[in-house]
Amino acid sequence: MNNILQRLDARLKNIDEYERRPVPDDKRKGWKGFIGMYAGEHTAGTEFVIGPLFVAHGVATGELIWGLILGNILAVLSWAFLCAPVAVKTKLTLYWQMKKICGSKLALIYNVVNALMFCFLAGAMIAVAATAIGLPFGIPMPELGDWMPTSIGWIITVFLVGLVITVVAILGYDYVAWFANVAFPWMLLVFIAAALATLPQLGVTSISDFWTVAQEKIWTGVPAEGQSKFTFWHVMFFAWFANMAMHIGMADMSILRFAKKWQHGFASGTGMFFGHFIAWMASGILTAAAAGAIAPGIIAYNGAGVAGAICVVIAGWTTANPTIYRAGLAFQSVTPNWKRWKVTLFTGMVTSIAACFPALVMQLLDFVALYGLVLMPMGAVIFLDVMVFQKMNLQSNLAEKIGLSFNWTAGLTWGITLLLCLFINLYIGIEIFFLGLPGWFIAALLYIGLSLLYQKKIMKAKPAQATA
Amino acid sequence: MRILLIIISIIGLMLTIIPSILVFTQNMTLETHKQLMATGMILWFGTAVFWIEGQD
Repeated sequence: MNNILQRLDARLKNIDEYERRPVPDDKRKGWKGFIGMYAGEHTAGTEFVIGPLFVAHGVATGELIWGLILGNILAVLSWAFLCAPVAVKTKLTLYWQMKKICGSKLALIYNVVNALMFCFLAGAMIAVAATAIGLPFGIPMPELGDWMPTSIGWIITVFLVGLVITVVAILGYDYVAWFANVAFPWMLLVFIAAALATLPQLGVTSISDFWTVAQEKIWTGVPAEGQSKFTFWHVMFFAWFANMAMHIGMADMSILRFAKKWQHGFASGTGMFFGHFIAWMASGILTAAAAGAIAPGIIAYNGAGVAGAICVVIAGWTTANPTIYRAGLAFQSVTPNWKRWKVTLFTGMVTSIAACFPALVMQLLDFVALYGLVLMPMGAVIFLDVMVFQKMNLQSNLAEKIGLSFNWTAGLTWGITLLLCLFINLYIGIEIFFLGLPGWFIAALLYIGLSLLYQKKIMKAKPAQATA
Repeated sequence: MRILLIIISIIGLMLTIIPSILVFTQNMTLETHKQLMATGMILWFGTAVFWIEGQD
């Protein structure tokens, strides 16, 4: 086993993904390289949870449909006009670009925060898969109000799923990425088929019945007991910011740096409208047909039998795997002397522990919003630094130019933005789902203001070096 | 051989989606639909893995 791991470790070390240098022109891709990838990545295990949670939060039918359409369009525009231009211009990963702007120490702190967020996200995906694995063994599934582990059986199931996913992440990440591509067309059809087949249970027997039944039995506008009421604005902002870390937060620079043109950012539309429209609507229908059950394994089995349960496992597995892998890579920057497989094993353990707590699944909407919000300010910093600073006669890539290991203007922008968002949340009462928008402008103004002050100061101190 | 595999894969996908339409139009039971979906799944994964190539 150790031998195999050492061989794989050596092989992984030899893979050149252009992590430390710009992607060469001959390795850049056209539309084909992104359309399928985005569609697959955003039809994931968590889609089985988000749709039902909208139902539980009492979204009305019209609010859901228009909220998803507008929110998803805004998400695609964010990829196309914010993330893609930066990625195509720099051709670097987020982490490497951050090192140039923020310095190695600040980039390291960001990486640890990012890795922890990835762990929790992967934990939710493991929990999703566990709801299907535990089904044939009669293990009681967590319900909407559950935050803590519900039984020993649940914990054992989660750890077994987590162990398998972690071992696969160590041994065969490339294989899993390929398998996710194979599974995608089938998974999307399972979502649609399961929803379509359960519609008669709800009283829909022709297309003309759908709207009436949807309003009366699915997206009724009445939240479940103990749940807050969601409106059109919640849905729109959630759809826009569900992947805020990826587009506004710039994490997808790692993907779009391979794009030939910034317009390829529009390829994200496939992910948004297959995954975040069709799949969210379908899983909402499934939960209504399952009398409000939230556990993905149960609702999918109810609508599609064994194929549905296996779809939940595959959806959870294929998305948890790359997430654990990415978290492992991020942690590895903190522990460069550790072997990659050891870091991935550690990451898998953290993830599995997190997955035991159903709160992660039942509060997924809040967590996803928090995840994007925490990483968003750095996205604003990178966007301004790459696209705007030169036009303002400000120095880009300051840390690289003057040898900073911690760029305080970026660090303070990150910290103060989050504190102000917390203040707005606690004292003005604006919910977490909406904070991304004011937060981005706060971060942008802070970074410009602090950079003007700081760069003026250092220009006086070492003008030759700063303008080099 | 590749064409045959692709045809079987497409049949697998059709067995995944068409039964649900028949359930919706009340021409098939939910149980039959579930069994056909399981068959479709086996056909899809049993063949698609041999012709869908990995990304470079």
